Amino acid sequence: MQAIVKAFTWAVLATALLGILIVLGSRNLKHLDAALIGYMFASLFAVFGLTYRYSMWLQRPPTAMYWRRGWRVFFRRGALGSNLALWLRRIVQGFALNLFIWRRGRSRWAAHWLIMWGCIVAAAITFPLVFGWIHFETLPGNFEWYRAYLFGWPTFAFPIDSAIGFFIFHGLVWAAFLVIAGVMLAMRRRMREHGAAAVQEFGEDILPLILLFAISVTGLMLTASYTWMKGYAFDFLAILHAITVIFTLLYLPFGKFFHIFQRPAQLGVAFYKDAGAAGDQALCRRCGVAFASRMQVEDLIVVERELGYRYELSDSQVQHYQWICPRCRRSALAVAQGSLWASCGGGAGD
Amino acid sequence: MPVPDHLEFFIDPNRCIGCQACVQACSECDTHRGHSMIHLEYVERSASTQTTPVVCMHCHSPTCAEVCPADAIKRTGDGVVQSARKPRCIACNNCVLACPFGVPKMKSEFDLMMKCDMCYDRTSTGRKPMCATVCPSQALFFGTREEIEQLRTRSAPINRFRFGDQVVTTKVNMMAPRAARPEYIDVAAAMQEDARGGDIMLNVLMA
Repeated sequence: MQAIVKAFTWAVLATALLGILIVLGSRNLKHLDAALIGYMFASLFAVFGLTYRYSMWLQRPPTAMYWRRGWRVFFRRGALGSNLALWLRRIVQGFALNLFIWRRGRSRWAAHWLIMWGCIVAAAITFPLVFGWIHFETLPGNFEWYRAYLFGWPTFAFPIDSAIGFFIFHGLVWAAFLVIAGVMLAMRRRMREHGAAAVQEFGEDILPLILLFAISVTGLMLTASYTWMKGYAFDFLAILHAITVIFTLLYLPFGKFFHIFQRPAQLGVAFYKDAGAAGDQALCRRCGVAFASRMQVEDLIVVERELGYRYELSDSQVQHYQWICPRCRRSALAVAQGSLWASCGGGAGD
Repeated sequence: MPVPDHLEFFIDPNRCIGCQACVQACSECDTHRGHSMIHLEYVERSASTQTTPVVCMHCHSPTCAEVCPADAIKRTGDGVVQSARKPRCIACNNCVLACPFGVPKMKSEFDLMMKCDMCYDRTSTGRKPMCATVCPSQALFFGTREEIEQLRTRSAPINRFRFGDQVVTTKVNMMAPRAARPEYIDVAAAMQEDARGGDIMLNVLMA
């Protein structure tokens, strides 16, 4: 109950903070686009849901342990400089380039990389527009030029009929191309690979692809409508597009997209592993071989106790089963079975 | 589709001949193609010829899933503990270290934990896991309880294992002597004992 109250409080605070930023960034809602109000409320709900789930997740014993340890090892004295450099390298390799997915498979990597960058570009354009943080105005006395305003402050200006204007105003089109290509590759894999087909679930694996595809296609149809079809069915398409986007925003905290917010924890884990490798190692109390960092084994013992597991042993030398290496655990299983047969006079079962 | 209720997995390390067929077949499984997830261990190589195949026991309350900080390990409704979900696994190694049976494997190159998922692509359609399909000595057997009882008249399947104060119940069964009628297999208690492969071999020679 305490965890729920805590998560709820964080969720309310985060939602309120976004609300305040919207009011400030849009200059008292002056630059808010009325057509995008639905998106704004869906975004506020998404922030509430995401923060609630994130907070609940952080309160799980293993996650809480890694959260504390990760920050501690990152900020430890004397290592902050090198950690920052490592952090930057890991951001580029892991997040910008998705190298770990590249090693899992080229097609899988291409699918993820295209979807990820398509979504990043789309989010970077959509959310500031929805929140009124960015808007465009024509220059005084010159209707051929636009000026971009960020949080109400004037920034750069550009001719409307120019390459840069075309590039900027079609930003969501480029994003849609990336996403559609990625969704096609991902869907192809899900339809053709027996292994993927066996374990995939509609809500977890297929629905997100359908949603991304629907958003991208309806978005492109809007562009097609006003560019080549004189705005044919534009209102209907705008509502259809809004429905797909709003549904996805509402789905964000519950489904597969939550990994976008979970995944950065990988960075903390990497620093935890670095610190573990540099520190004392745990020696198996059966075979004497080093098998993990002592810090991780000790942390796991704490976590397991918090979760209600009781792997404590009466053997004062070993004390806890966590001090036995995985290889010895596998062997011990066979030895235990052999002991039972020995107690019955030996021989194998037949 | 779920794994049919009447089909169960029975393992019998005593029958393992160390042929490695299971290791090779495992890598053919579509859910982790190219990567063998089964462990084939020499129990105590310096003292015994005994080998043992170790597959995921698919615990009813899987420690690996509980200690996962990323909530990446899921147990299906039919009791199969799946490999880590790729988008979520953060490669922390907690599951590898916490599994009392020593099953999960950390694939550092992929930043991903992988483990035996009982060949879910096969078992969910009523077929045998790859390892049980090829095991020549039936140390790995997938079938009905009636079949195993007919085949192993002196043995009884057991799915409770004790590690100190913790008793773990699993979906996968281990064959134990029927005469012993153990409530559980006490793994931690037997930990300091010697492997018995040598004894078995001497029995054979004396016979």
